[in-house]
Amino acid sequence: MRKILVGIKRVVDYNVRVRVKPDGSGVATDGVKMSVNPFDEIALEEALRLKERGEAAEIVAVSVGPDDAQQQLRTALAMGADRAILVKVTESIEPYTAAQALLAVVRNEKPDIVILGKQAIDDDAAQTGPMLAALWDRPQATFCSKLEVKGGVATIVREVDAGLETIEVDLPCVISADLRLNEPRYVKLPDIMKAKKKPLDVTDLAALGVSIDRGLATVLTEAPKPRAKGVIVKDVGELVDALRKKGLVS
Amino acid sequence: MSKILIIAEHDGKHLSAAISRCVACARLVPGAEITVAVFGADPAPVAREAAALQGVNHVLTIADAKHAHPLSAVLAPLVVELSAGYSHVFGASTTFGKDLMPRVAALLGVPQISDAMSVESATRFKRPIYAGNAIITVEVAAGRKVVATVRTASFEAVPGGGNASIAAVSPTAATPAHTRFVALSAAANDRPDLQSAPRVVSGGRALGSKENFAIIFKLADKLGAAVGASRAAVDAGYAPNELQVGQTGKIIAPELYVAVGISGAIQHLTGIKDAKTIVAINKDGEAPIFEVADLGLVGDLFQILPELEEALTK
Repeated sequence: MRKILVGIKRVVDYNVRVRVKPDGSGVATDGVKMSVNPFDEIALEEALRLKERGEAAEIVAVSVGPDDAQQQLRTALAMGADRAILVKVTESIEPYTAAQALLAVVRNEKPDIVILGKQAIDDDAAQTGPMLAALWDRPQATFCSKLEVKGGVATIVREVDAGLETIEVDLPCVISADLRLNEPRYVKLPDIMKAKKKPLDVTDLAALGVSIDRGLATVLTEAPKPRAKGVIVKDVGELVDALRKKGLVS
Repeated sequence: MSKILIIAEHDGKHLSAAISRCVACARLVPGAEITVAVFGADPAPVAREAAALQGVNHVLTIADAKHAHPLSAVLAPLVVELSAGYSHVFGASTTFGKDLMPRVAALLGVPQISDAMSVESATRFKRPIYAGNAIITVEVAAGRKVVATVRTASFEAVPGGGNASIAAVSPTAATPAHTRFVALSAAANDRPDLQSAPRVVSGGRALGSKENFAIIFKLADKLGAAVGASRAAVDAGYAPNELQVGQTGKIIAPELYVAVGISGAIQHLTGIKDAKTIVAINKDGEAPIFEVADLGLVGDLFQILPELEEALTK
């Protein structure tokens, strides 16, 4: 029976408007609400649905992040993951290192499918899925909005710039979840209590034999330049006049 | 000197406009010598378009029936082989580039830069994080290959009139059979392409239904504009997914962007903030879209849009 590994990243909550620190060293995260990356919640929901349909036996949630990411893994366990693994890192890493850490976990766990979010809403990199697939030498199906698994093959509908692309991949494979794959369930209180008893193993990069790649360094973080203040026009006539003055309409 | 390899994106007939903007980014790298690689079943017509872009020095064609529908798992080992001797490998930050370039970077054993928005030096680039609410400057370590996707909205397309050499090459790297193309369903339309159109009209949740969304298409036709949509409108089924503009959809930089019935969540604003002029039409005067709009009109879109069409006819 299939085993599914789900990537869970701890990120600043979707509703928080982040502030850049005045010294340019990053964004302020002290006291800021943290959550599971929304795309990873969608990834987990898809895994849970596969299990509920009898198409998977076990779901393992994996996070590569700080010790506090145990909170997000507990949320994943409350949603329905069977067990969790935290690969602890104490400094910020690039997706390339995260992919290497996940690869090490994949080698130990031997899942049939890895599902993760198409991007994390903090660094917006959208790299970890394809990088893991490359290092694992397995198929990738990014931007997935529909998934069907039959035997050793997954059929995926992908949201691409031109429309919807359908591809077929052999298992094991890596899938990255897009927005419209599903709507994740809400966690219920009894499930949160139950999740406290589920196994959560903590390991770290050294134990997995992964070293941090320092090939890309962030040297400065700035606030974006604001747009110049606009004007409110009173009616359609004024709007069209203003557009004509700018030469934008004839 | 920087030798830059750009992986072309195309529909089998024409080069994507995103690649011209990629070339514009590559030209800003000091001492750039630019090569565009075109994979395809019949890459010749696309290669000719790439060769005409100002700033392109060489075009490589890789003709193979299996590239009729490109798959990253198949392309990546070939791109890695071609990239020997290049200091930089660029792709556009489109769904094609975002799928391919991380796979290439990982095979090359290097981190990747997503959404490069400015070139500070051959190894230093700026890119947005947190849906554009912060901008970071990143530096690639000496001696490592630079692999990046280019945030095309940050660069103006280069002019034509160039005359680069075109050469056929045949990389021999083994490619996998574990990933297979099945189908592409692309809405056939003769409207301007959303990603490159100089004018875009977008509709949001306030349109209320797929039927009502037709008035967005009507106004767009009047303006010769492409049509976009907010995530809310796409989620509600008013518009297809390929029209979504924003953090997880398309990032665009038209001359004119008209946001109709879109409140302006930060995830949407990040997709439009490089537009030269933003017009917002919304009945809620407090909507965040008005914070970025150059011209705002508060009112009922179902009254305003017919009036606007009429006024544009005069």
